[in-house]
Amino acid sequence: MATLRSMELEINGRQHALTLEPRVTLLDALREHLGLTGTKKGCDQGQCGACTVHVDGERVLACLTLAVQAEGRKVTTIEGLAQADGALHPVQAAFVEEDAFQCGYCTPGQIMSAVACIREGHAGSDEEIREYMAGNLCRCGAYPNIVSAVRKAAKEVA
Amino acid sequence: MNDFGYSRAASIDEAVALARQPGAMLLAGGTTLVDLSKCDVARPNALVDISRIPGLDEVRLDEDNAAIGALATMSHVAVQAGIRENFPAISESLLLAASAQLRNMATIGGNLMQRTRCVYFRDPAGYSACNKRDPGSGCAALGGIAHDHAVLGASDACIAVYPGDLAVALTALEAVVRTNLREIQIRDFFVEPGDTPQRETVLEPGEMITEIIVPRSPLSANSTYLKVRERKSYEFASASAAVGLAFEADGRTIRDIHVALGGLATKPWRALAVEEALRGKIIDEQAIRDVSRLAVEGAVAQGANAYKIELAPRVVARAILKVGGIQ
Ligand SMILES: Cc1cc2nc3c(=O)[nH]c(=O)nc-3n(C[C@H](O)[C@H](O)[C@H](O)COP(=O)(O)OP(=O)(O)OC[C@H]3O[C@@H](n4cnc5c(N)ncnc54)[C@H](O)[C@@H]3O)c2cc1C
Ligand code: SF4
Ligand code: FES
Ligand code: FES
Repeated sequence: MATLRSMELEINGRQHALTLEPRVTLLDALREHLGLTGTKKGCDQGQCGACTVHVDGERVLACLTLAVQAEGRKVTTIEGLAQADGALHPVQAAFVEEDAFQCGYCTPGQIMSAVACIREGHAGSDEEIREYMAGNLCRCGAYPNIVSAVRKAAKEVA
Repeated sequence: MNDFGYSRAASIDEAVALARQPGAMLLAGGTTLVDLSKCDVARPNALVDISRIPGLDEVRLDEDNAAIGALATMSHVAVQAGIRENFPAISESLLLAASAQLRNMATIGGNLMQRTRCVYFRDPAGYSACNKRDPGSGCAALGGIAHDHAVLGASDACIAVYPGDLAVALTALEAVVRTNLREIQIRDFFVEPGDTPQRETVLEPGEMITEIIVPRSPLSANSTYLKVRERKSYEFASASAAVGLAFEADGRTIRDIHVALGGLATKPWRALAVEEALRGKIIDEQAIRDVSRLAVEGAVAQGANAYKIELAPRVVARAILKVGGIQ
C-alpha cells in the first residue's frame, strides 16, 4: 500500500502543493509531477551529475534527494536560471558561446554545477575547474569546451 | 524500491525512539541509503529523517579536541580552518571523496556508515549470492571478478572493501565515535566480516552517532591523506593511506607515527607493524620504503585484486615521506 504524503515544495520561487509517496525523488517530482523536464536523469544512482539542482543555493543531486527532504527549502532548477525576460544567465550564455555541448543531455546539470562552482570560488584555474566539476560526466566528451565556458563565465561574474 | 513511510525527528531522543520500530532506518544525507533503496539492497519500511535535528551540524575546537557533529556535511567540515590546520588528513580525505554535489549532501555520521561498493552486493537482480545482503546465500565475488575487493581482513564469507576515505583518516588520528549511548574508539567501531558480514559496526539497532571526537596533537597537525585511484578524481581508492607523524625536538627522530590504510581491507586498517618499526628511528627514505612493506603483512589476493598488494606499500611510503618532510 502506497503511503501518501502532502508536501509543499518551493521551486524557482513558486510554491507547489504535491501529494507524493515519500520514496519519490526530487528528480522524479520535478520531471514527472511538475513537468520540469530540464533536469535530466542519467544514471539515477548519484554517479553522473545530470540531475544537479540547487537546494538553498547549494548544488546537490536530485536523484538521491527525496522530494520530501526538500520541504521548506528553496529549490532552483535550470528553468529558474534565466531572467524573467528570457535573458540568459552568464553561465548559460558562456556555454552557448563556447559551444560547450554536443548532444546536450548533460548540459543542464553541467550549468547548475558550474554556477555553484563559480559561486563557491572554485573556478580559479583550469585544474581547479576540472576537479570541482568532476561530478558532472559528459559522454560526448565536451570537457575542453565546458572548462572554457566555466573559465569565461567565472571572469564575467567576478 | 520498497514503499516506506517517512518521519522527521526533532531531537535525538525522538530519532532513536522512531528508529527502534522494526524495519526503520535513519536517513541523513541519503546518498547511501536512497541509492541502496533504489537498488533494492536496502529495504526500509520507514525512514527517520535526522537531518534537521538542531545542534548536530557544527564543528567545535577546544584545546584538546575537535568535536565534529554527525550531521555536519562533508563539504562544510573539509573547509573549516580549525580542521585544515589541526587535522589536515581529515580535510584532505573529505575533499578527495565523491563529488562537490555529494559532499554538500552527505553527512559525517552517514559517511562512516556508508556500505561497500562491491558490484555483486549492489546488484540483487543479477546476483543472488551475497552473504552481506542475505546471510548464508554465499558470495558471488569469491570466484567472480574481485578487482576492487579486499586483500586484508577478508573471510570465507565476504571479501568486500570498506570504501570510505574519512574513516581511514579518523583511524590514523584515533578518533572516538560518540553515540546517544556511549563512546566508542574508532578501532573498535568497525568489525571484520568473519561469519557475519551483514554486521559492519558495533552500533546497535536504533543507536545513533551524534559526534566524532578527534584528539589534537602534533601528530594530528602533521598528518596527510594520500589516495590513489583509477581516475584522477571522483573515484573510490585503489589504495590510500592516512599518516600522522610527530618528531622529537631534533626534528629527525620519529617520536610517534600512526598509519592507516584504505581501499584494501574490509574495514579501515591500522598498520601497527609499520608504526612499531619506525617509532624511535631517525627518518630515512630507504628505511621507510622497506618498512612500508609491513603494511600488507598477511595480505591475500583473490586474483584480480593482486595489484593492491604491490600498490599499497608504495602509497604508504609516499604518505610517510610527505609528512616526514622528505618529499
Ligand atoms: C557516486 C558516489 C561516489 C562516492 N565516492 C566516495 C568516495 O570517493 N569516498 C567516500 O568516502 N565516499 C564516497 N561516496 C559515499 C558517500 O560519501 C556516502 O554515501 C555518504 O557519506 C553517506 O552520508 P549520508 O549522510 O548521505 O548518509 P545516508 O545515506 O543518509 O545514511 C547512510 C547510512 O548511515 C546510517 N546513518 C546515517 N546517519 C547516521 C547517524 N548519525 N548515526 C547512525 N547511523 C546513521 C543510515 O541509516 C544509513 O544506513 C560516494 C557516493 C556516491 C553515490
Ligand atoms: S564480497 Fe561480500 S558484499 Fe560482495 S558479494 Fe561477497 S558477500 Fe556480498
Ligand atoms: S541522474 Fe543523478 S547523478 Fe546521475
Ligand atoms: S554533451 Fe552529450 S553528454 Fe555532455
